[in-house]
Amino acid sequence: MEKITSIIPVLPVLIPLVGIILIVAFRKIPNIREAWTLTASVLMFLMVASMAPSIFKGSTIEYTLLRIIPGLELKFKLDAFGLCFALIASLLWIITSIYSIGYMRSLNEHSQTRYFVFFALALSSAMGVALSANLFTLYLFYETLSLATYPLVTHHQDSEARISGRKYLSYLLGTSVGFQLPAMILTYALAGTLEFSQGGILTGTASTALLVLIFVLFVLGFAKAAIMPFHSWLPSAMVAPTPVSALLHAVAVVKVGVFSILRVTLFVFGLNLMRSLNLGLFLAYFVSITIITGSLFALTQDNLKLRLAYSTISQLSYIVLGAALLTLQGITGGILHIAMHAFGKITLFFCAGSIMITLGKKNVSEMRGIGRKMPLTMLAFFIGALSVIGLPPCGGFISKWYLALGCIQAKQLPLLAVILVSSLLNAAYFLPIVYQGFFGKPNPHDEVNEKNSIQEGPPLVVTALVVTSMISIVLFFYPQPFLKLAYMVAHSLIGG
Amino acid sequence: MSHHPFIPLIIIIPLIFSYITPLIGWWDKRLCYPWIIIALSSSLFFSLITLHWVMIHGTIHYHFGGWLPPWGIEYVVDHLNALMLVIVSSISFLVAVYSKRSVEQEIPKKPSYFYTVFLLEVTGLSGIVITGDMFNLYVFLEIASLSGYALIAIGEDGAAVASFRYIIMGTIGACFYLLGVGYLYISTGSLNMADLSKIIPPLYHSKTILTAFAFFMVGMSIKMALFPLHMWLPEAYTRAPSATSALIAPLMTKVAVYMMIRIMFTVFRPYFSIEVLPVTTILSWIAVIAIVCGAVMALAQRDLKKMLCYLIVAEVGYMVGGIGLANRLGLTGTILHILNDAVMTVSLFLIVGIVMLKVGERDIYQLRHLFKRMPITMGAFIVVALSMIGIPPTCGFFSKWYLILGAVEAQNWAFVVAILMNSLINAILFFRIIEVAYYVPAYSHVGGSQERIPMDEAPLSMLIPTLITSMGIVLIGIFAGKVVTNIIRFAIPPGL
Repeated sequence: MEKITSIIPVLPVLIPLVGIILIVAFRKIPNIREAWTLTASVLMFLMVASMAPSIFKGSTIEYTLLRIIPGLELKFKLDAFGLCFALIASLLWIITSIYSIGYMRSLNEHSQTRYFVFFALALSSAMGVALSANLFTLYLFYETLSLATYPLVTHHQDSEARISGRKYLSYLLGTSVGFQLPAMILTYALAGTLEFSQGGILTGTASTALLVLIFVLFVLGFAKAAIMPFHSWLPSAMVAPTPVSALLHAVAVVKVGVFSILRVTLFVFGLNLMRSLNLGLFLAYFVSITIITGSLFALTQDNLKLRLAYSTISQLSYIVLGAALLTLQGITGGILHIAMHAFGKITLFFCAGSIMITLGKKNVSEMRGIGRKMPLTMLAFFIGALSVIGLPPCGGFISKWYLALGCIQAKQLPLLAVILVSSLLNAAYFLPIVYQGFFGKPNPHDEVNEKNSIQEGPPLVVTALVVTSMISIVLFFYPQPFLKLAYMVAHSLIGG
Repeated sequence: MSHHPFIPLIIIIPLIFSYITPLIGWWDKRLCYPWIIIALSSSLFFSLITLHWVMIHGTIHYHFGGWLPPWGIEYVVDHLNALMLVIVSSISFLVAVYSKRSVEQEIPKKPSYFYTVFLLEVTGLSGIVITGDMFNLYVFLEIASLSGYALIAIGEDGAAVASFRYIIMGTIGACFYLLGVGYLYISTGSLNMADLSKIIPPLYHSKTILTAFAFFMVGMSIKMALFPLHMWLPEAYTRAPSATSALIAPLMTKVAVYMMIRIMFTVFRPYFSIEVLPVTTILSWIAVIAIVCGAVMALAQRDLKKMLCYLIVAEVGYMVGGIGLANRLGLTGTILHILNDAVMTVSLFLIVGIVMLKVGERDIYQLRHLFKRMPITMGAFIVVALSMIGIPPTCGFFSKWYLILGAVEAQNWAFVVAILMNSLINAILFFRIIEVAYYVPAYSHVGGSQERIPMDEAPLSMLIPTLITSMGIVLIGIFAGKVVTNIIRFAIPPGL
């Protein structure tokens, strides 16, 4: 595999930071300020995309920015796995920026400059995680991401936001400092390096008990993956403005969590060590609990955003489950699910936000007959729901297909059952919303009752949600870019 | 062995300048401020030159008055003192620049006396660091302590009582030290550190030597406020004027830690402190208790300044714990933490001074609207907070990194847990303040009217030193590796 040394992997991290300066400089002129957000997001996507061809050819691009202490380097490296995540996050940032502008302006939110500044900072950190070459760089950006999203989660600055923000930071910062940091230091003390590598770096360095301890510390330390018991920050984070929930708490932040777990599982421990310690199966069964319980919790939620949040908790564990199977199909399915779930779930959040700003409704029980008012939004919701459930013709079907194959390949039929049962539960909590939206009778005292006209969300908002739902469908027919990347990762790890 | 003419200037300049300060103040009060700026900037200049010289040419020996050691007083500057000298002179310079407005407000009548004692304090602290003679060290220790008592007693109501308690404790500590020096002199007939380290080894099991060593340890522990001998510190530093606490809080405890390292590893050999009389083991346990108790007591405080004082107690635990690990990594962590913690503490106390000037309140629940009123100061505050928690790339992370690595090597798990727990408690402490400054009072977010809080930033003379310290925190973090490989590596005594 060819190694290219080039500064390009640093640029996606730097572009939003430059963008921040410009956003602050033009804070008095909202149109130009937003133009900078869009410019930064487009540039970032182009920068990531420009690196794709060489990654598809099988090479990696790396760059050491700073060697702080020998072994503790600020080093960036783009491989297939990182590219997969970076592409998703940067592409969705463009769409979310469009959505954000429509959303924030139609609600006339306060402190919009702060909002866009921290949004850019959060994306820069997410890119940093995707492009990190070692655990230290990953840790640095992981923490920056927690801190950068705090002002976004607590944007409303009321007492509800305060309590949720407290919970948000206590979970994320508490677990990362309390578990992830010691795990990282132990790794360094044992292996003498923190670099991600194909075969793992920990093989044969310590006793089984210590290695298992480190693994458990890592899994608990990445609370962003919302694996139970450290999941309850995610529903709390739903007090944030909807674009934040959409991009950060369905894609960037939570996917950073699973991305980190996958990095540690596959590139720090490595397949052989995972197999010999039997940690793969342990992890798979551990996250199965989250998959089922998350779906059950989602069933009981009336608040739409909360229902989506619990659904995210459940779906994130699919990704971890896939990787934990340690088979070709399983890893492919897990990584592919990062992409498929991202596009599906962001659509659902966009729809929830659109309904919220247009009709002021947050609860599922109030949404009967809503499809007659907002047909485009509800149609997009339907597509997003199909994708998350895993039904054709949406992208989610493909990733679940691979996950299911992976379970069969690993001869773990109970896990296959978990995936299937959870999919049924997904259908049970999403489809009634769609059904009631189109065919349900509106509440008698509701303005939806007046069948006067169609009342869609602001144009920018509707554009965004239509685009993401379209992408979900396109990915069913043409999953190549992500499927190829996921397969490349899995193939290079398993070999043969 | 090189002779260097600048060495005594570092002591003599502040000493001479301090005697002339009252005369200048008598002539015109306003001249005091530029006068001490001249004194401290030249002292800073010379200590930087010294550090540079030491890094190139190695240890400097200066024989005072041309008398050869062991009869005459010798100044010895190796990598450890050179680093300490730069810390002392740069922090005292920054605090002097900063002190203008805070002295005008808190000590309007007698600035000339304040500045006289201020310079004496700097003389004492630099003297402790620079000297290679046990008795000369005692003299400087008393100069520093006595001027410290005076500087504290100028403060608000209750300062005199607090200072009196400090006098009693401090004098006991100094007495222990002096008795130790006496015992050493009785059994060896020498006061020169280099000379002593050659004479003492055959006498390691002499009762007199053992007692002397025990006295040194207790004396130093009182001076550095090592738990449970810390009782004088919180009250004294809280009641002192802002400029005083900003000068003494970061320096006095660090200088005492320096003395402890000197005595344990230079005057006595590491073999003695680790094997003959296992103080390192005792110290590492006391350190764990100090960290835990300091952190818990800090949690219980409502007064911002007092909270910081208890944090100092906890941070002293870090440094002593690093010494107690008795390995290279641990001591590297300690010396790096002396530097880092000095910068962090000064930064925090400078911010507290600004808050006192602008808000006049130290109750952490009264610090409302600070983000709106003083965005730049709060930005600096966030940087320090992150460093105290230990988020890279701020410097706090790297000293913790070394300390924890050292603890892992020494298999001292209690110390690892204590450091991690302290990091988490720091997160609570600082985010509690950030929360109050950010939220209170709550207002409805959507289109809600929001009372305009005018920006009311601190004067530049206070803001610039504060910003320099917070930039220092980031820069020292980024260049932590350079500091370790170029300076601290050589400061570790052989045999460790």
